[in-house]
Amino acid sequence: MHLTTIWFALIAILWIGYFVLEGFDFGVGVVMPFLARDDAERRVLINSIGPVWDGNEVWLIVAGGATFAAFPEWYATLFSGFYLPLFLILVALIFRNVAFELRGKRPEATWRAAWDRAIFFGSLVPALLWGVAFGNIVRGVALDRDHEYVGSFLDLLNPYALLGGLCTLSLFVTHGLVFVSLKTRGDVRVRARASARKAGVVAAVIAVAFLGFTYLQRRGAEHLGWFALLAALAALCLVGALIAVRAGREGWAFLGTAGTIALAVASLFVSLFPDVMPSSLDPAFSLTTTNAASTPYTLGIMTWVAVVFTPLVVLYQGFTYHVFRRRLGVDDLPASPTPPAEPVASAR
Amino acid sequence: MNTLGVARWQFGITTVYHFLFVPLTIGLAFLVAGLQTAHHRSRDEQWLRLTNFFGKLFLINFAMGVVTGIVQEFQFGMNWSAYSRFVGDIFGAPLAIEGLLAFFLESTFLGLWIFGRGRLSARLHLATIWIAALGSLLSAYFILAANSFMQHPVGYRFNPERRRAELTDIVAVLTNRVAVVTFAHTICSAFLTAGAFVLGVAIWQLARHPTRDAAAFRKAVKLGAAVCLVAAAGVAASGDAQAKVMTEVQPMKMAAAEALYDTRRHAGFSLFTVGTLGGQEELYSVRVPGLLSYLATGDGDGTVDGIRDTEAAYRAKYGPGDYAPNIPLTYWTFRLMIGVGMLAAAAAAWALWAIRGQRLPSGKWAVAAAIVLPLTPLLGNSFGWIFTEMGRQPWIVFGLMPTASGVSPSVSLGEVLVSLIGFTLVYGVLAVIEVRLLIDVIRRGLPPLPASTGAPGASADDKRRLAFAY
Repeated sequence: MHLTTIWFALIAILWIGYFVLEGFDFGVGVVMPFLARDDAERRVLINSIGPVWDGNEVWLIVAGGATFAAFPEWYATLFSGFYLPLFLILVALIFRNVAFELRGKRPEATWRAAWDRAIFFGSLVPALLWGVAFGNIVRGVALDRDHEYVGSFLDLLNPYALLGGLCTLSLFVTHGLVFVSLKTRGDVRVRARASARKAGVVAAVIAVAFLGFTYLQRRGAEHLGWFALLAALAALCLVGALIAVRAGREGWAFLGTAGTIALAVASLFVSLFPDVMPSSLDPAFSLTTTNAASTPYTLGIMTWVAVVFTPLVVLYQGFTYHVFRRRLGVDDLPASPTPPAEPVASAR
Repeated sequence: MNTLGVARWQFGITTVYHFLFVPLTIGLAFLVAGLQTAHHRSRDEQWLRLTNFFGKLFLINFAMGVVTGIVQEFQFGMNWSAYSRFVGDIFGAPLAIEGLLAFFLESTFLGLWIFGRGRLSARLHLATIWIAALGSLLSAYFILAANSFMQHPVGYRFNPERRRAELTDIVAVLTNRVAVVTFAHTICSAFLTAGAFVLGVAIWQLARHPTRDAAAFRKAVKLGAAVCLVAAAGVAASGDAQAKVMTEVQPMKMAAAEALYDTRRHAGFSLFTVGTLGGQEELYSVRVPGLLSYLATGDGDGTVDGIRDTEAAYRAKYGPGDYAPNIPLTYWTFRLMIGVGMLAAAAAAWALWAIRGQRLPSGKWAVAAAIVLPLTPLLGNSFGWIFTEMGRQPWIVFGLMPTASGVSPSVSLGEVLVSLIGFTLVYGVLAVIEVRLLIDVIRRGLPPLPASTGAPGASADDKRRLAFAY
């Protein structure tokens, strides 16, 4: 196998890791205003992802860095071409991340409500826009001879890509709800399970429509058969997840939604291969695993680094999930870090 | 106003802002780990309360460093796509390795540290903060190796067919001598920054609330001051070494640091200059004779190449063009960097003297010093980076690619303006929130210890309860 193929697969794995992991914490952020009835319940939701969201987000940073290292042309075209969506994603992530850290540091209801909004929009915007971005990658965008994006911002908001955005959003919401039902106790868990059943159906409809459209978009692609197989498996996984939710088997349901996201992302990457960013102007202008790649020397070094360290990362991140495996309930939380009455006597 | 200018302003603003948090985070990670280790060894609760107090301040900072760091990684592709295409084969590798080796460690183990008290054994919990601190150190090395390639490209060849620089020797890139000295200098100043922060906060507490936890904050003063003094010595030594490397690999930058137009033996270092710095006779300056020669060559009688000769040499090598950076900017940032850094060291020495015996620092001046002190290294770090990046101009990669060729050709002026204004506003809002929050936490002083959840007498309910939650 070519090093470029290996790196295409590794980039796919990094994005899969990112969407599977951050997918549920985006989902939790989006459903928080609807699912939680008071501050204590909101804190349960936030703390259910508290120890892990930051580690989840590093998958994005590594996916970006690895794309830069392995496929500089892809990185340059993608990031300069999708300029405004990425800007919006960055601003959203900034507010969301700061919100987790700062929300509990002051007692005022207005302070917390402001950060709750930041968590909601900060989760909603990337959950939607990542789907739009991937929709556009798969659909192909206007790349000229020099691999520069010559389209406009509005070109990126085409119906197919927007459907992609709804697809990631609905999948992440379902994934998040299943996560909440798996990781909490009490009323929140019950409500999350009921909502997951509804959200799952919506997600299934949108996902099937999006993957179906993708099949039409990528007609003539080299590995369309493999794409169809993976997409079908993704749909099957989602059905399995829904059955598991109904049966109250939350662990299986979570595996199901995680599998759905992983397979759906994998199917998109397979549908692209060997292109990484098809040009809608002329197939000759498309970025491919070959013309976008770094030298074999760089790819070789990076392969060693990835082979040694990725399993290590999975191991210690797995350890974190193990340490914080217990369900959280309202009564598991220590008093809010800054109780309103007496700021001097705060407890950490 | 053009895309290039706006993109440069954006890089400058976002990078300087990002780097307000980075050194403080690196240094504080180690100091907090040290405080927790002191508690682990001595079982003295004062250390634990200091750990929790500075840990809280550290985390607020860390969050800001993380979010502004993501912007940095995306920015290369967004605003500097031509640069990214040109150097991606080399520059991308340390960036990717940084993420895979360092960021994962930092974020995962910090998550364990924040939420893990009571869940993990005391020993393992202590290990998590050390691992996170180590992660931040690794991260610094790889990103500085990437930056050092831009200052002094090594381990590459130019591929005319692909019109890009390609990696030929990763070891050369990672052991770039610019990277080695820059790492030493940056880490020493990170400790200076964190030491000054701890010292400033502790002096403020003693001066404003002399009866509140004075014993604990005396310890913090001593720790902060000691770290400051040792780090300042390290900053000076590493800076001296860095100046010599810089003179060899980027002679123009050294000449620009002194606004030295004509090549000179026994060149002096001016503390300040009144005049234009434009190459004409200066009106007035205070000079230390031979100091520039000593900085540049290690010999007070050494010869330092001036801007005019250096520019002539660059023209001969790289073709016609303007190769001098913005001289007043490099001149002033260079001395302000040194000046404010030395100020922090002097303040540390004063603080140790002020708390000698059982004395406490008191009065308006102590409070003012406590507030100014943590700011001096922050300023020094900013001046240092503005100097080193502006001193590299007009190159984005020294000798290989001019900055003007690096900007994204497909991005419009409007787009870059939106993101420049957007990030500046967002960062401004965050700065206000962050500073107010830090002041809030500092004002409240040491938090009381939470009821011991792991104690033998604790009920099952207490044991379930998290020791910390957002």
